[in-house]
Amino acid sequence: MNIAINKLTKSYGTQKAVDDISFEVKTGEILGFLGPNGAGKTTTMKMITQYLVPDSGDISINGKSIATSSTKSNIGYLPEHNPLYLEMPVMDYLSFTAALQGVAKSRIPDQVKNMVMMCGLDIEKHKKISELSKGYRQRVGLAQAMIHDPEILILDEPTTGLDPNQIVEIRELIKTLGSSKTVILSTHILPEVEATCDRILIINRGKIVADGTADTLRKQSQGTQVLRVKIEDGEMEDIKTKIESLSTTLSVDILERDRFEVQSIADIQSNRIIFDLCKQHNWVLTEMVPFETKLEDIFRNLTTN
Amino acid sequence: MTASWIIAKRELRSYFDSLVAYILLLTFLGFTGFFVWLSGNGDVFFRKQADLKVFFSIANWTLFFFIPAITMKLVAEEKRSGTIELMMTKAVTNWQFVWGKFMAAFLLVAIALAFTLPYYYTISTLGNFDHGANIAGYLGLLLLSAAYIGIGIFASSLTNNQIVAFLLALIIGICFHFLFGVMASGSSGLVSEIFDTLSLSSHFDSISRGVIDSKDLIYFISVTAIGLILSEYIISKR
Repeated sequence: MNIAINKLTKSYGTQKAVDDISFEVKTGEILGFLGPNGAGKTTTMKMITQYLVPDSGDISINGKSIATSSTKSNIGYLPEHNPLYLEMPVMDYLSFTAALQGVAKSRIPDQVKNMVMMCGLDIEKHKKISELSKGYRQRVGLAQAMIHDPEILILDEPTTGLDPNQIVEIRELIKTLGSSKTVILSTHILPEVEATCDRILIINRGKIVADGTADTLRKQSQGTQVLRVKIEDGEMEDIKTKIESLSTTLSVDILERDRFEVQSIADIQSNRIIFDLCKQHNWVLTEMVPFETKLEDIFRNLTTN
Repeated sequence: MTASWIIAKRELRSYFDSLVAYILLLTFLGFTGFFVWLSGNGDVFFRKQADLKVFFSIANWTLFFFIPAITMKLVAEEKRSGTIELMMTKAVTNWQFVWGKFMAAFLLVAIALAFTLPYYYTISTLGNFDHGANIAGYLGLLLLSAAYIGIGIFASSLTNNQIVAFLLALIIGICFHFLFGVMASGSSGLVSEIFDTLSLSSHFDSISRGVIDSKDLIYFISVTAIGLILSEYIISKR
């Protein structure tokens, strides 16, 4: 199911939590929602799940506005703090949410069983939720979100509280689900977005500041190619001057002995020309590494003023 | 199975899981049983009349205190723990949510009242027993409970603190149970009539005498409905 968000705005008092944002998510796409605390991620997710009503703008699912048609049964939602009925046993709770989401009575036991297996809850399934560790509670939260096999999954920080093994398992699960469903997830863990999401949307102060794949964002933020090279068997100053004189070079910095950082002019690659230069002067090129901008740097650049 | 009934069943189960239901049932039966059978001065043997008047009067007061204790958590706890967000994003309307909560509390009170049916049977065998009036008394208690539950859920929807919800329900309840009646007897003319119409006790007394008047029925149904509609409105404002 496709989700289209059009000029969405929501204020709390005088503060605009979400400010005129628009974007689309397509079936089979996993969208990672990034942003600092208070950026408006959770508010946007709450509006998509119809918990909050937007001040203005519209959300449509498969072309139908959610203001006029209820789409709640198509959405599975894991809220940020994973609220659960702690006094209920896991199995009862999952049966309860399945019934509420309109799963046919005859299908509920099978569906609950599937979720218990899928989310690794088998050992803990007869315990009360209050007796579970944070990681297992998170799994129950995920299981309740997926119990009715929704076409859209909205997951607000799905891996909070999980151990590294569980994080990998849940990421794999989300990826598998993401091939056939529309998934929007928010997180603070940047490597998680890179590992899981097809597309990243960075939001800051209620506005979208970046939208694209991790690679596109890197390219956008980088603009020019930066290479780290190690050239031996030559005079450092001489090497520096010669690289600077290349037509593709914007700047050269000496990092340490024999190591240089070469920045090329926009949209031009310097790899070959540097290699040719070394060949011509009988220098030994022992390293040439394109400098990658980390997602953390992009995030910091976009969300701090 | 509708969403309201699913919610009501869960809520009713949580009353029994958390001992609330057992405490309520034991205290309710203990209180009413003591005053009906054992208190000496005023019990059924002292009065030498085969009716449930003492029971209706004690049950009226007991429910006035007990119902806020049952309803205080219904919405406030969901707000405090955040589970309301979970409920409101499922295929459940605000109204189904409120109605489910109402049914759970009402069923619990109905169960408590059902446990007093042996009183009804025993007393009916003791003498000349007016079945019509006593059945009307039970109907009155159910209607009065519905009204208090409506008020209780409204109070619970105003806050995320159960104690505040309990006190609010009690304060609003005092007005209907007691204060409007006092004001009606303390004034005259139209003002007195208005307060008398608002007084829950006067409507309950009228029904428990065995007179089922449409005025009383409309009153109880209206108080219940207003409580639930206001709760639904407050829940929808988020």
